[in-house]
Amino acid sequence: MVEKRIPQLLVEDNKFCPGCGHGNINRVVAEVLEEMGLADTTVGSLAVGCACLMMDTFGVDWIQAPHGRAAAVGVGVKRVRPECCVFTYQGDGDSLAIGLSETLYAAIRNENITAIIVNNGIFGMTGGQMAPTTLSGQRTTTSPKGRDVSITGQPLNIVNQCRQLPIGYLARGSVASAKDINKLKKYIRAAFETQMSGGGYSLVEVLSPCPTNWKMSLEKSLEHIENDVKPIYPLGEFIKKGEKTDA
Amino acid sequence: MPLQLMKGNHALSEAAVRAGCRFFGGYPITPQSEIPEYLSARLPQSGGIFLQAESELAGINMVYGAAAAGFRAMTSSSGPGFSLLQEGISYIASAELPAVIVDVQRYGSGLGDISQAQSDYFQATKGGGHGDYKCIVFAPASVQESADLVVEAFDKAEEYRNPCIILSDASIAQMVEPVLLPEERGIDPDKAWAVRGKHGGEFKRVTSTMYYIEDFDAYIKNKYDTMAHNEQRWESVHTEDADVVLVAYGISSRICKEAVSEARAQGIRLGLIRPITLWPFPVNAFSGLEHVKAFMTVELSALPRLDEDVKLACEMRVPVRHFLGGVSIPDSSVITEAAIAILKEQR
Amino acid sequence: MRKSKLSEYKMIQHLERCKGCGFCISQCPSDALYLSESVNSKGYPVAKIDEGKCTKCAICYTVCPDYVFERVKGA
Repeated sequence: MVEKRIPQLLVEDNKFCPGCGHGNINRVVAEVLEEMGLADTTVGSLAVGCACLMMDTFGVDWIQAPHGRAAAVGVGVKRVRPECCVFTYQGDGDSLAIGLSETLYAAIRNENITAIIVNNGIFGMTGGQMAPTTLSGQRTTTSPKGRDVSITGQPLNIVNQCRQLPIGYLARGSVASAKDINKLKKYIRAAFETQMSGGGYSLVEVLSPCPTNWKMSLEKSLEHIENDVKPIYPLGEFIKKGEKTDA
Repeated sequence: MPLQLMKGNHALSEAAVRAGCRFFGGYPITPQSEIPEYLSARLPQSGGIFLQAESELAGINMVYGAAAAGFRAMTSSSGPGFSLLQEGISYIASAELPAVIVDVQRYGSGLGDISQAQSDYFQATKGGGHGDYKCIVFAPASVQESADLVVEAFDKAEEYRNPCIILSDASIAQMVEPVLLPEERGIDPDKAWAVRGKHGGEFKRVTSTMYYIEDFDAYIKNKYDTMAHNEQRWESVHTEDADVVLVAYGISSRICKEAVSEARAQGIRLGLIRPITLWPFPVNAFSGLEHVKAFMTVELSALPRLDEDVKLACEMRVPVRHFLGGVSIPDSSVITEAAIAILKEQR
Repeated sequence: MRKSKLSEYKMIQHLERCKGCGFCISQCPSDALYLSESVNSKGYPVAKIDEGKCTKCAICYTVCPDYVFERVKGA
C-alpha cells in the first residue's frame, strides 16, 4: 500500500462543474508529469473552451492559443525547445472542429508532442452545442431534435483519422470508472514516454462526462458513456511505439 | 563587408537571420514566396527552424509558440494570407510577445492579383485583427531598407514586446539592388518571460496580459502612446519651402522622389514626406510646414487609404488630395502634373 | 523492506473542494461513502466517509474529479 496524495502541480482547486471529467484528467496528467520528473520542464498549450480553466490551477508553463490552434502553438514551442515536454490539452470542439487542421497536421508531420483531447460530445463552455463528436441522435442546444447525420455528417472519430498515420502513440481512454481511470493513466504515461524518448506524435482521446450540458445526473452520465459512447468510440491502445496494435 | 546584389525578399530574409531570427513558419503565396524559399535553406544552417505550415493560421500560431518560448520568430505572407494572419497577430499582441510579420502587398481585395499594390494599409496600421492593439509598421522603399528595417523590427518587437509588421510590396520585394547586409548577431532566448518549463520557479502563463495587469486600460494606452511618441520614422525631401508636399511610402515614394526632382527642375516647389513607419504615423513630419498649400498622397491602390492619416496629421489646415496608381505604376510626370493642377487650384 | 500495513494509513478529506457529484459514492466497493446533510462554503452537499466500512482502498481518490480524498501515512 502506498500514499495517494494530490499532485503538487494542482496548485489550486479546479474550476470545473460538478461531475466534470476534466478534473480527473487534470489529476492523471499531473500525476504522470510528476512521476516522470517533468513538472519543471513542461510547457502546455491550450486554447479555448472549458480546458482553459486549468491555466490558473495546474502549475506548469502555459500558452493560451487562439481557438483551435493549440497544436500549432505547441509545435512552435517544441521545435525551438526540443528539450521541453510539450503537450496540448483541448476539448473536442476546439481540437476537432475549428482546430482539426492544426491537430491533424501535427500528427501528419509526426510532431514530437503529446495531445490530450477530451471528448465529451459537446461544446461545454458555450453551453452544450453540437460538436464533431456528438453522437447520432444526441440532443444538444444546436441539435434540439437529436443530431441528424444526414445533415451534419457522421460523428468524427479522431482515432480512426490518426490510425493510418505514422505516429508514435495513439490511445483512447475514459474517466467513466475507477478501472477506466487507472487504464487512462497508463495511456497518458505511455504518451509522454513516447515524446520524451523522441518517438513522435502521441495522442490520447479521453471520453469524459459533462453532466451540466448533457442535463443528466453523474450516474446517468456514466451510464451514457458505458452504453452509448463507448460502442461508437471504443477504448484501447491503437498505436504503440509507432506500430499499429490489434485493437 | 561589400555591397552585393540581392532581391528584396532575399535581403530581408538574410537580414532576419542575421538579426537572430531562428524560427519561420509560413505558407506559400506570391509575391512573398522567396522569403520561405530562402529561409528553408538558410535557417537550418544557423541552427534555426523552418517549417512550412499547412496554412497561414497555423504559421502565425507556430510563430506565437516560438516567440513565447523566447526565440526571435517571423512569418510572411501577402494580401489574402495576411488576412488569415490577423487572428494570430491579435493574440501575439494581447500576450505581449515579440514577433515580426511581413506583408508583401499585392493588388486588390479577394484573390486580387499578384502585381504590386499598397492596398493593405488599413489592415496593417489600424489593427487588422480584433481588439485594442497596434503594430509598429515599417515600410521599406528599397532593398537596403528591406534588410535594415527587418533588423529594426526585431529589436523594436522585443523592446516593446509587441508584434512589428514589415509592409512591403511586390516591387520592393522583387527588385534587385545593391545591399549592405547587417552583421550577424547572437541570440538570447532565455528571457525571464519565456515559457520553457518553470525550472523550480513560478509557472508562467502566456495569454492576454489583461488578466494579470492592474489598471490594464491605462497600462495598455500608455504602452501604445509611448510607441506612438518615440517610434515615428520618416524622410523629408525639400519640404522646407514646398508649396505642395507629396506623401508616399514604399514603391510609390520612389516615383514621387523622381517627380520632386522633375518639378524642381521646372521651378515648381514640390516636396515629399516619406513615412518609414506607417504606425506610428509620422505626424511630427508635418509640424513647421505652415507654408505648404496642399498635400497629395500617392498610393498604388484603387481606393485612398493614406490620405486619412495625412488629413489627421495636418489637422485639415490645407487641402489633402490623393493620387491613386491603382493596378499600374504611374509615371513620375503624371504625378508632377497632378501636383501642378492642385497648385493652380490653390491660387 | 517491511510492507506498510493498512493500519498505518488514514484517509483524509478536503471537504471544501467537494462538489457533491457522487462519483465516489457510486464507485466505492465498500459502500463507505454517503452524501451528507452538511453543505460546504461553495454550497455543495459533501460526500463523507463511514469510517466503520472504509477499507482505505482509495478508489475515491482515483475517481474524485475534485481532489477531495487523499490516503496518507499516520494514525
